[in-house]
Amino acid sequence: MLKIGPYEFHSRLLLGTGKYPNFDIQREAVEVSETEILTFAVRRMNIYEPNQPNFLEKLDLKKYKLLPNTAGAKTAEEAVRIAKLAKASGLCDMIKVEVIGCSKTLLPDPVETLKATEFLLEEGFIVLPYTSDDVVLARRLQELGCHAIMPGASPIGSGQGIINPLNLSLIIEQATVPVIVDAGIGSPKDATIAMELGADGILLNTAVASAKDPVKMAKAMKLAIEAGRLGYEAGRIPIKRYATASSPMEGMSIV
Amino acid sequence: MELIINGDTLEIPEHVQTVSELLSYFQLDNKIAIVEVNLNIIHKQDYETKTLSNGDKVEIVHFVGGG
Repeated sequence: MLKIGPYEFHSRLLLGTGKYPNFDIQREAVEVSETEILTFAVRRMNIYEPNQPNFLEKLDLKKYKLLPNTAGAKTAEEAVRIAKLAKASGLCDMIKVEVIGCSKTLLPDPVETLKATEFLLEEGFIVLPYTSDDVVLARRLQELGCHAIMPGASPIGSGQGIINPLNLSLIIEQATVPVIVDAGIGSPKDATIAMELGADGILLNTAVASAKDPVKMAKAMKLAIEAGRLGYEAGRIPIKRYATASSPMEGMSIV
Repeated sequence: MELIINGDTLEIPEHVQTVSELLSYFQLDNKIAIVEVNLNIIHKQDYETKTLSNGDKVEIVHFVGGG
């Protein structure tokens, strides 16, 4: 079970809702992924085209928890404004704090992320900050009382996978709240590696939405995350330099 | 009355007085939308009583796909 604040989830996959080829493929991908948490962004509505379809309106909202993000914010103040707008929908009380500090790498601004997290916690939000994979920053966020820490594996949408497994494992080792690896996952293998390191969950979007077959990839990610988690719980064998035979040495008449 | 809605300056007919009427005017009544007037969030229960004034800055936002 993945526990985030007061909520419990069977699935350890958090799925983004951007960039799918169309709503039908997206709906099917969401379904086969078996995710229970969907992320969204908050944006101005096109008031001139009221009949434009919206994915959220096609969802059974009883089946999913919404995790809106503060994407687009460059300061803590902007993130807080977006978070409050999202909560005013009456549909959610979780927020993914995302304050971008660099337009080229889309890496988070640690100072503003910390400030926004602190403020939103005081306001009673369930706060999941997207952060760089800095061990000390993760600890500071945890000390503030955030409900999960979401370190990036590599830059958003880059598909580079886990580029710093050491930092990630140190963050996991010290964590007292769930660690959800967010951003940079490219393939099922990346998700498995993160889960084998002991991550509590994975948040991804582009890896599924932009795959050649998003539905198949959604299933692959679900299985990869489950496999990684089971492997972590089972406890892998230590790596040895030389071979150790799997078959017994006794009872071999021919030698 | 003139309102600045989502950054656009728009002339709104005089019979539109409240947030609720504004949403109806744009046929957004049944949409999942969140409304902010002059940086203050307007909660749904206040849509019918919150009146708009000339020059108000209105933001009408919603959830879109994102990661």
